[in-house]
Amino acid sequence: MNINFTLIAQAIAFAVLIWFTVKFVWPPLLSAIETRQKEIADGLAAAQEGKSALEVAAKKSEVTLNEAKQKASEIIGQAEKRGSQIVEEAKGNAKAEGERIIASAKAEIDQEVNRAKEGLRSQVSALAIAGAEKILRKEIDAKAHSEMLSKLAAEL
Amino acid sequence: MATEHAGNAQQVLTPSGYIDHHLAFNAKSFGESSFWTLHVDTFAMSVALGIIVMGLIWLVARKATSGVPGKGQAFVELVFGFIDDQVKNIFHGNRHAFIAPTALTVFLWVLVLNSMDFLPVDWVAGIVSFFGGEHATWRAVPTSDINTTFALALAVWILMIFFSIKVKGLGGWVHELFYAPFGGAKFFKPKTAMGIVGLLLSPLLFVANFAFNLIEYISKPLSHALRLFGNMYAGEVIFLLLGMWAATGAGWIIPSAILGAGWSIFHILIVALQAFIFMMLTVVYLAMAHESH
Repeated sequence: MNINFTLIAQAIAFAVLIWFTVKFVWPPLLSAIETRQKEIADGLAAAQEGKSALEVAAKKSEVTLNEAKQKASEIIGQAEKRGSQIVEEAKGNAKAEGERIIASAKAEIDQEVNRAKEGLRSQVSALAIAGAEKILRKEIDAKAHSEMLSKLAAEL
Repeated sequence: MATEHAGNAQQVLTPSGYIDHHLAFNAKSFGESSFWTLHVDTFAMSVALGIIVMGLIWLVARKATSGVPGKGQAFVELVFGFIDDQVKNIFHGNRHAFIAPTALTVFLWVLVLNSMDFLPVDWVAGIVSFFGGEHATWRAVPTSDINTTFALALAVWILMIFFSIKVKGLGGWVHELFYAPFGGAKFFKPKTAMGIVGLLLSPLLFVANFAFNLIEYISKPLSHALRLFGNMYAGEVIFLLLGMWAATGAGWIIPSAILGAGWSIFHILIVALQAFIFMMLTVVYLAMAHESH
């Protein structure tokens, strides 16, 4: 149990080991661990951020969906209104058109009737003239006259 | 020392010869005074083990990645985290600059040096006598050499004084030697009768403070070194006694083997605990040096 030079040798060895650890062993381990800790912390923060962003987005989408639903029902209402309006208009138009067609048909009929009347009148006068000619040619024969007149009358 | 034990080692079969042989250092003298002696076994074992353990850690540390660590790195980081946590709880400065790496060195080095106690004493002696002849001696456990424990404790002691002076300045350190822990004359009110008595007595406070600090500075390295040395030396002696018991008769081999196994298992605790205590005291002493009173 004697103290000797071994003490100094061991102290030097100890100093060298400490120097080696301080210089070469501790710093790389420390930086690796600290970098990883920072990465993990960043990752967790990012995850938290993502989560809150997701919540915001979900809320936003719900609001948008509600708005869209409201808008859709508005549009449907407007469309229905517009549809019935169009039907009403079409009905009105159809009615007016029908009336117009009827009126024009009536006018045409009247026209046709008038034309026929005119034709008849001219034919009657022509017949009267023809009859008069025949009467004048064949002289007056009562029997014949009455027969002819009745014929004329029938032709009227 | 080697020569005087070599004489005893010739009677290998006597109990005291056996123990003396196992407790003799492989010493090389190179001076006239007995101080100029080197315990080759202690020095070689501690340097080799220091290179192996810190080298292994270094091999992992130089390739340390901040990504997913491999199994080796995970283990090294486990040790790193353990030491770092202990230091963080005691020392509240920039521990990464010096104190934490020092604690890592102390813990791992002392742990592997203590672990040499697990080598069967007679195997070591057998290997050594195979290479170095019948009278060659080899102490495998460097921490059971008081030179090793005092080398570490005194290095810590010098660091303690160095940090004290570095943090407080030379004047601050000397001031603390005389004013802490009991305070100085400034605690007494002058201009009263008691104050004058206090002023007259105040040099006694300096004496008390300095005596207190002196005892502290002496007792710290002593207890630091002797605690580790005592534990490891006693452990080794117990192994030797058990080995000697086994040699007294064939019937004693099995009981002494069982007791040896039991002591080995218990010694795992002592080896780790003493390394831990030595490291903690190192950190505590260095942390105390940073605090001013």
